[in-house]
Amino acid sequence: MKRPSRSLMIFGVLGFVFLYAPILSLVVFSFNESRLVTVWGGFSTKWYGELFRDPQILDAAWVSLRVALASATLSVVIGTVASFVLVRFRRFRTKTLLSMMITAPLVMPEVIIGLALLLMFVAMESILGWPGQRGIMTIIIAHSTFGAAYAAVIIQSRLVDMDLSIEEAALDLGAHPVRVFFDVTLPVIAPALMSGWLLAFTLSLDDLVVASFVSGPGASTLPMVIFSKVRLGVSPDVNALAAIIIGVASIGIIVAALQVSRSKKISQN
Amino acid sequence: MSEAIAVTGLKPWTDPNAVPFLKINNVTKKFGAFTSVNNVSLEIYKGEIFCLLGGSGCGKSTLLRMLSGFEDLTSGQIIIDGQDQAGIPPYKRPTNMMFQSYALFPHMTVEKNIAYGLKRDGLPRAEIATRVTDMLSLVQMGAFAARKPHQLSGGQRQRVALARALVKKPKLLLLDEPLGALDKKLREETQFELIKIQESLGVTFVVVTHDQQEAMTLSSRIGVMTAGKIVQVGTPREIYEYPQNRFVADFIGSVNIFEGRIAEDGESHVVVACPEAGLGIYVPHSIAGVIGQKVAVAVRPEKMQISKGDLGDLRNKLSGTIDEIAYMGDSSVYQIRLDSGKRVRVNQSNLFRSEESSLNYGDRVNLGWAGNAGIVVTS
Ligand SMILES: Nc1ncnc2c1ncn2[C@@H]1O[C@H](COP(=O)(O)OP(=O)(O)OP(=O)(O)O)[C@@H](O)[C@H]1O
Ligand SMILES: [Mg+2]
Repeated sequence: MKRPSRSLMIFGVLGFVFLYAPILSLVVFSFNESRLVTVWGGFSTKWYGELFRDPQILDAAWVSLRVALASATLSVVIGTVASFVLVRFRRFRTKTLLSMMITAPLVMPEVIIGLALLLMFVAMESILGWPGQRGIMTIIIAHSTFGAAYAAVIIQSRLVDMDLSIEEAALDLGAHPVRVFFDVTLPVIAPALMSGWLLAFTLSLDDLVVASFVSGPGASTLPMVIFSKVRLGVSPDVNALAAIIIGVASIGIIVAALQVSRSKKISQN
Repeated sequence: MSEAIAVTGLKPWTDPNAVPFLKINNVTKKFGAFTSVNNVSLEIYKGEIFCLLGGSGCGKSTLLRMLSGFEDLTSGQIIIDGQDQAGIPPYKRPTNMMFQSYALFPHMTVEKNIAYGLKRDGLPRAEIATRVTDMLSLVQMGAFAARKPHQLSGGQRQRVALARALVKKPKLLLLDEPLGALDKKLREETQFELIKIQESLGVTFVVVTHDQQEAMTLSSRIGVMTAGKIVQVGTPREIYEYPQNRFVADFIGSVNIFEGRIAEDGESHVVVACPEAGLGIYVPHSIAGVIGQKVAVAVRPEKMQISKGDLGDLRNKLSGTIDEIAYMGDSSVYQIRLDSGKRVRVNQSNLFRSEESSLNYGDRVNLGWAGNAGIVVTS
């Protein structure tokens, strides 16, 4: 590979600074002694301590965690089914349309997704009487809509790469198709399921807009709490909270990326 | 009749009362408008190693995939051991297949790959363990039992795939290019190993290959395929010595083809007038043809003789000039240009060690072959 030229290097460094300087300053100031967010008053972890004594934050964290776990799992299930239909089924007339629709939530503005889901939930409530109250359940469903889209994209690409003959080999050796799915297909696509799950989990943890639309009283996610706190003035404990979320999200994304690259290496061989 | 045919010399296909183990009746497979396998009929007997030989894309793999149940037949019928296979899914067929792409399970070790089929049969653990160990040592992969497929070389993967298909001892084993990735020495060893396995297990093999040498070594009979059709079925000797048409003659080994017309058609011989060779070629077998019909005479290079001197009483004699000499160690190949400009290939074994061959470039030589060396092939 050619070595990058000096000017290219400078632009690259500037780009990274632009991307990561705000995040870095947020993390640094989360360890600020001073109550003033913009003035450095010495190192301290007291805001982290404060965070863990705040019942509102702890409640919201618990809600976010449950929502993320449930919606990530639901996303992977829906994403897997959708990928199988799109990759394995013979060409059917609406296939292209379907595959476009599956990926649409990736590019759809969140405001629209949130609004549409809210309208749907309201309509369902008046027609079916369910969901009686908006809350955790509706957030989970809402997050699964775009989580499933991301999961489907990842799982689809793995399924396309997968050599069909290994499933045939298992059939040939006497395994029933259901067994083949669990013995061969699932283990082979497991890294994709894993990274799809992690991605959906992180996205759910991050989301503010959609959750604000579809949540109800008593079910505030962490981003919602942060946002409402910030509106009353930025306080250092929000910095601490944001730093933790960044940490969790980065771990999720890094693990997901490692999974994908590892499984690529194996399948290339 | 489960004894190995290769050893006992039994030839069930010559016995009108023998019941074939595998019957393929007028099988056709179309992919859209493209015919991949075209009206193939074969009868394969228990204990045979039957080779399907043909060039790339002639439909060999497709035929095997129909036998193992992965492709539906467009028309025709497949009967294995008296049972029509229509509608029987792959996991209930008495066949095992070794895939051309190996199709090893990437997430399982070599050992688990081989054991998979036995586990599906619900065999006791102890038996599975011993059979897997036996199979591992047979393919010389014992040292690699704990490795995953991506940690193996191509040839090693091929051996694992072979072991996985063999270990279940199915009634019918289908091998798709089983030895292609092995080096020459290992390939020859494994060929003999396959024959031994066949003898000890008594299973019937259908082996796909495009390597004619391999087909010759392995098989009880060969089916030569081209463009989805079987063009000739016979023992390796029959295929080599009595090719029924030009494609087979050309495909198996190398051959000199002389085009001509029937000049004389006797009770037990024909003479083919051949302007290219500048003589009437005598062939001591009769054919069902008419005077003047276009035919060709095929003569194998090793059945020709060349000499600077007189060739004695060979039936067919020509002369020409040596164009090229290729020294191959055990034999030499001579390209000889006849006076008509046609080039002929002659193999002579190097019987004596000598620094210099007595035949050199540009030498004028006499060339000939015995009457029964040639064979008339129709196109
Ligand atoms: N699923 C399919 N759809 C369309 N055409 C196919 C399909 N499978 C095989 N063919 C075609 O059928 C023909 C025979 O293929 P096949 O794989 O049987 O060849 P082969 O004799 O095994 O060749 P090789 O020696 O290269 O493996 C080829 O021309 C191939 O393109
Ligand atoms: Mg093939």
